[in-house]
Amino acid sequence: MAMHTDREFENELAKLREKILLMGAKVETMVATSVRAFNEQNNDLAHRTIEFDHDINRLEVEIDGFCLSILARRQPVASDLRFITTSLKLVTDLERIGDLAVNISERVLDLSSDPPRRSWPDILKMAETVQSMVRDALDAFVAGDSAKAQWVIERDRSVDANYSQVFHEVLLLMMDDRSAVQRGMGVQSIAKYLERIGDHATNLAEMVVFLTNGTDIRHPESQAIEGTETH
Amino acid sequence: MLTLLETTTMEERPMTQPPTFAAPTARAEPTAAPVAPSVKMQTEALCAWFGKNKVLQGISLPILEKRVTALIGPSGCGKSTFIRCLNRLHEVIPGAKMDGRVLLDNEDVYVRGMDPVGLRRRVGMVFQRPNPFPTLSIRDNVLAGWKLAGLRPKDPDTLVEKALNQAALWNEVKDSLNRNGASLSGGQQQRLCIARALALEPEVLLMDEPCSALDPIATAKVEELIHELGQKYTIVIVTHSMQQAARVSHHTAFLYMGDLVEYNATDALFTRPADRRTEDYITGRFG
Repeated sequence: MAMHTDREFENELAKLREKILLMGAKVETMVATSVRAFNEQNNDLAHRTIEFDHDINRLEVEIDGFCLSILARRQPVASDLRFITTSLKLVTDLERIGDLAVNISERVLDLSSDPPRRSWPDILKMAETVQSMVRDALDAFVAGDSAKAQWVIERDRSVDANYSQVFHEVLLLMMDDRSAVQRGMGVQSIAKYLERIGDHATNLAEMVVFLTNGTDIRHPESQAIEGTETH
Repeated sequence: MLTLLETTTMEERPMTQPPTFAAPTARAEPTAAPVAPSVKMQTEALCAWFGKNKVLQGISLPILEKRVTALIGPSGCGKSTFIRCLNRLHEVIPGAKMDGRVLLDNEDVYVRGMDPVGLRRRVGMVFQRPNPFPTLSIRDNVLAGWKLAGLRPKDPDTLVEKALNQAALWNEVKDSLNRNGASLSGGQQQRLCIARALALEPEVLLMDEPCSALDPIATAKVEELIHELGQKYTIVIVTHSMQQAARVSHHTAFLYMGDLVEYNATDALFTRPADRRTEDYITGRFG
């Protein structure tokens, strides 16, 4: 794309992009460390993940303010407008993913007094998939690659399927062993948090499609009929 | 130098059925009645020259009835020439000529027998700089169009009040109608010029950068007025301000070097333009 005639505006957009990528990278790290803390039953890693959330919250506020400033001063249109409005939404989803990584870490701490756990292969699959979804959504954002974003959206189905499987297994565990109810609830919560991370990654990918093509692909069943005026 | 009247072929042109243009689509509110606006004016392959310099390259554009259509584009793209062709003001410039067709209610306005003065009553114009007649009172300025046409309205007082009301100026000047028109502020003068155009009860109102000489408050008043008038009149506005086009118009056309690059619902054009040149222009990446 050609450069803006106004170089300062061009710099502001580049700076915004950098801040979002920085926030995205930090959120990716949080998800990875929270999942590792769960796998390794590593309380130290869980604590560090929880601490890390301050950085994410600070970046969310900073990026929001920067977007408002650009909107007020530049009154952007077309792809610039889509970029700014998408950025405002992206940071909200990224911040929520960070919160969910914190929630996973908190459950890891809750489960730390329990005996060594059985393995949960579907949770591991979910964790791998949602991490790749977040990473690919951010890559698609950087490259303006709507095909990659679509691929992120498609993967959410397998995350949902894995979650159903975990839910079923946790239910069986708790029915078999009443003393495992608290542990089972903790594991089920972690699976739910991962499933929600998948949903937020899907939101990110949908925004990338809108940013790239100008097409809103959310809630196709609820889209209004085309062909009439709103004025 | 030759004028359009001397150079344009004025034989009876065959009246073909004008092309049908579907109104650009926008998303409907659930309760909105899906009423498609009809085409009030239509240009077909409109070309225009100043001497040998061709400034319009064949523009076909619908102007929808009781809608505001904005024309945007860089300086020299042909915006003003385009609207001056709509009411045959282009032809009064020495050396100017045109080709193609301009239809008003499916009737070619360049057809033999069409009276340009009568046409300009139906298709009125407001110019860039407020140009009230400096020696006339506010009241006489409003009635100036009638007087110049050699006509006398049945009830001039009612007409003056109605036109000034429509131009959102009545409350500010009703006690001083005999004051000189030039004594008003710039914004008021522009609204007086709009009242003068409205007094002739036009069907279409052409506005050539009507706010470029006004301050932000006066601009806001004129924009609010355009919004209100757009419900009763067909309005075509030329503007250099993209924000203004985005604020006041229902549809926007982007012209570049005499060509129509893109025409769409304003919401769509300013959020997801279809053409790269439109995108580059409205985001400030041009040239």
